[in-house]
Amino acid sequence: MAKDDNKLPISAQIQQQTSKIVDQTQGSQAWSSIFRPGSIFRKGYTDSPRNRSYVIMNSVLYHLHPVKVKRHAVKVSYTLCLGGISFFTFIVLTVTGIFLMFFYRPTAAQAWDDIFQLQSAVTFGLLIRNMHRWAAHLMVLSVFLHMARVFYHGAYKAPREFNWVIGVMLLQFTLLLSFTGYLLPWDQLALWAVTVGTNMMGYTPVFGQQVRFVLLGGVEIGTDTLLRWYVLHVLFLPFVTVIFMAIHFWRVRKDGGISGPL
Amino acid sequence: MTEIPEHLRKRAEEARAKAAASSEPAESAAPAADDAPQSEAASKIPAHLLERSRAAKAKSDGGGAVEAAPAAAAAAAGGVATAVAAAPAAPAATGPGGHTQRLLTVVKSGSIQDVKAVPQDKVHTWPHLLVVEFVCALFVTAFLLIFSFFVNAPLLELANFNETPNPSKAPWYFLGLQELLTMFHPMVAGVTIPGIGLFLLILAPYIDRNPSMKPEDRKFAISLQTVHLMYWAVLTMIGSFFRGPGFNFIMPWADGLFFEF
Repeated sequence: MAKDDNKLPISAQIQQQTSKIVDQTQGSQAWSSIFRPGSIFRKGYTDSPRNRSYVIMNSVLYHLHPVKVKRHAVKVSYTLCLGGISFFTFIVLTVTGIFLMFFYRPTAAQAWDDIFQLQSAVTFGLLIRNMHRWAAHLMVLSVFLHMARVFYHGAYKAPREFNWVIGVMLLQFTLLLSFTGYLLPWDQLALWAVTVGTNMMGYTPVFGQQVRFVLLGGVEIGTDTLLRWYVLHVLFLPFVTVIFMAIHFWRVRKDGGISGPL
Repeated sequence: MTEIPEHLRKRAEEARAKAAASSEPAESAAPAADDAPQSEAASKIPAHLLERSRAAKAKSDGGGAVEAAPAAAAAAAGGVATAVAAAPAAPAATGPGGHTQRLLTVVKSGSIQDVKAVPQDKVHTWPHLLVVEFVCALFVTAFLLIFSFFVNAPLLELANFNETPNPSKAPWYFLGLQELLTMFHPMVAGVTIPGIGLFLLILAPYIDRNPSMKPEDRKFAISLQTVHLMYWAVLTMIGSFFRGPGFNFIMPWADGLFFEF
């Protein structure tokens, strides 16, 4: 039998073949041009201070971070990961939101049916919509708790005053993002929650009615409101929020890393 | 203390061994040859500079006698030689041991530069911080997936302008405001109070000028913030759970929940 000629057992052969393929791939020019020096995906990553720095410097995502951080900053008990959770839920919301956009038309005649179809006829539709909704509530909660954490640590003090201001703006954008999304399913909950909310805006002194008119796209909530809030929800507010987040993260580094220790 | 990487340590050791090996024969050769220091100096200092300095030394020894200088040196640097001759007080270009530099002063560190930064206890972001972030992201994803699997987002009947649900409630994070509506005029509850609240929140770092971050030094700020957060949380909870039809006060365990997420 042919198999008996090979002295190595089959598992070892597979292992040998695999490591050969891995070596070839990681040794190829394409691979080393994609993954910059120090990348953990490169051939021959060894754990040295130099390579630890390279991992951060050579990754577009990781280099939001400095190469080194204060030791107390990596303690979960200090930050409770709240800022990170806020940012991560934003990413989750973006991904799930793009999925939802494929199945949704923002008109009074179609919106509710689209959501219903999404839940009943689209694979993973219900799950993704649930995730979008719960992540949104989680984001409001985590941004709020993040603000409380920063206050209790006195982290808004010099030189971080302005980053606190940016943070309060981000809290408001988070609430607005959530509130504009609230209308989109176009069910009884959405309609009347938004009615209550926008009626309050109408009491803004001097130009209250104008504010309300601009936001609703008319004197009453209708299909124009839906389109307007849809554009705000999927394009305008995320765009502004991303800009503010960029400034927020940049200022964290420029103002000397995260605050503390107490 | 940072550890010295293995390869650097090895390299330093090799260099040290090499230096020890090369200095030994030189030391043994020194007493043998009279000219040794000179030849050693010649190997380090360029020949024409050495020649010039020797000429200058000879001149100063000779008390300004030009003829004492070797003819070759005079021919090579005639201009210099005459200048030195004209002004013998001019500083010689060399020190006692044929050195061309001299030490002016020793400046202790800290006498001119005042280094204020103290080294901080830092760790590499990779892996220490990224691992924490990754695990945190995994937990959030897992929580969202599992929660979404078991709890469905609400989807009530199609929006109907002719049928107002009772009670009509805003999203939960605005229920504190809606609760305020039961107490104040809509302009006060919906605009003035939240407006002032937000304004004060933004100004917090400019109002609180106390530089200390220690909780024991900021009792007033912390109590004030806690009172406000609690006040807000209580309002939101009353609006969420303790308001039923007609936005009247109810007990959720007796009359049921009127709350949609």
